[in-house]
Amino acid sequence: MNDRGLQVNAGAIQTLPGQRSERMLAVASSIAKPDEGVFEWFGSLGIFAWRVLRAAVTPPYEWRELVRQLDEVGSKSFPLVAMAGAAVGVVISLEARYSLSRFGAKSMFPSTLVYSVIQVMGPIITGLVVSGRVGAGIGAELASMKVTEQIDAIEASAINPYRLLAATRILACILMLPLLTLAADACGLLTGWFAQALVEPLSFHQFIQSGFKGATFNAFLPPTFKTAVYGLIIGLIACFQGMRTRGGAEGVGRAATNSVVLGSLFLILADVVLVKFILVVFP
Amino acid sequence: MATAFDNAMKQTDFKEDGNAPFVAVENVHKSFGIHKVLNGINLSVNRGETLAVLGRSGTGKSVLLRLIIGLETPDSGLVRIHNQDIAGLPLDRMGEIRKKMGFLFQHAAVYDSLTVAGNVSFPLEHHRKEMSRPERADRVKQLLAEVGMEGDLEKMPSNISGGMQKRVGLARALALDPEILLLDEPTAGLDPISSGEIDDLILKLQRERQMASIVVTHDLYSARTIANRLALLDHGNVIIEGNFEDLQQSDIGFVKEFLK
Repeated sequence: MNDRGLQVNAGAIQTLPGQRSERMLAVASSIAKPDEGVFEWFGSLGIFAWRVLRAAVTPPYEWRELVRQLDEVGSKSFPLVAMAGAAVGVVISLEARYSLSRFGAKSMFPSTLVYSVIQVMGPIITGLVVSGRVGAGIGAELASMKVTEQIDAIEASAINPYRLLAATRILACILMLPLLTLAADACGLLTGWFAQALVEPLSFHQFIQSGFKGATFNAFLPPTFKTAVYGLIIGLIACFQGMRTRGGAEGVGRAATNSVVLGSLFLILADVVLVKFILVVFP
Repeated sequence: MATAFDNAMKQTDFKEDGNAPFVAVENVHKSFGIHKVLNGINLSVNRGETLAVLGRSGTGKSVLLRLIIGLETPDSGLVRIHNQDIAGLPLDRMGEIRKKMGFLFQHAAVYDSLTVAGNVSFPLEHHRKEMSRPERADRVKQLLAEVGMEGDLEKMPSNISGGMQKRVGLARALALDPEILLLDEPTAGLDPISSGEIDDLILKLQRERQMASIVVTHDLYSARTIANRLALLDHGNVIIEGNFEDLQQSDIGFVKEFLK
């Protein structure tokens, strides 16, 4: 992919604006297999998703592997997500205080921080961090299993690899993303308040009361639970890229990279749709 | 009107025909892109019989095994297991057939995240749920003892040699008491002593279990030792099939060249 990607970028310098769509298709194609077009990639992804869905809803269920994956995706991502959430909380706090002071709206600080963290930054930051850590991990692990024929060995042992490997990982991502988002939100609010309290005395109780004043569940639950969709995207793309890898160590690297790049890209695109959806359905 | 899926489901209801071969490959063609690998190949293996498939590298020997276990689908032709056509079966239905088959991969394909015992226990945990944990542990020990690995239960695959990994792969392939055993280059890359041990092991298993086996190999000595029949592949087809003496007496130029 790297070679092709470089070729596409080099060509892009010389192309005219009218050729932009062709260029975008070429870039998208470079992410798919060398001999595969972008539409074929989406078709293959659809078939893969259908196989995983069918495997996931029919017994036997792989409970033990699911629990292992919940730990892998959830507990092991927690420190990273918590740190990212904490950093975002401080940044929003610093920026918001400065901006609100300029407009004489300092009293709005707690609710600005709460809404920014919980509705906007917490979900997307959690999604991107998990996409980087878990997406790359799943992509590389499954790709490595694929090139060493371990996935074939699972299938030859009469075990459905879509059920054992893909369904469990995707489900773990779906279930864990909202919980990790709550953790990121909590850390963000805590550090955001702390950064403010260092400058101007403000008790945590006051901050929370003021921040959540007039807030309804509709304002906070949909943004948190939309991250289940992020989990679906991260897990699905990483499993798909990993389980169809070819070409040894290079293929493993490509699968890990593509899992993160595509997972993050589709996650951001999905956010656009989900934000609009939430605004319409939960006004 | 019955759909192709319905027909496939019906076909998997095992009604074993006593006279039918355990494995039959009928006029199978397989290509990868423009590269034609198998070109109308015909083979069959009966109970208690070992067929060695020989040929130059890239003649489709491993592809043949992958077709038989359903990891690849033929472009045309039939692959029958116990007289049941396996082409196009859904994964879970194919699983029922695979439970009767054992497959040793060329590079063993042991699960690198599991211990030696974990690898052998893996199919048992999934398909022998009625077994208690101690029963399963006993069975794993017994299987590993059969391949001479009883002292390495808790080792990780990365800490054992290629030959030992092959033994673990073989023990795993035997875990579900298969009726059909497929071995992809069981002695490739091994020293002569380890190769001889693997050959002896395959012979012993054949005597004791009476499986139908297909062994893909480059190793003529090994093929002669373990197989009742040999089939030599060239350009995606069997050019001669018989015992070692039949091959020796052949006038076909490629056969003479290969045996030399």
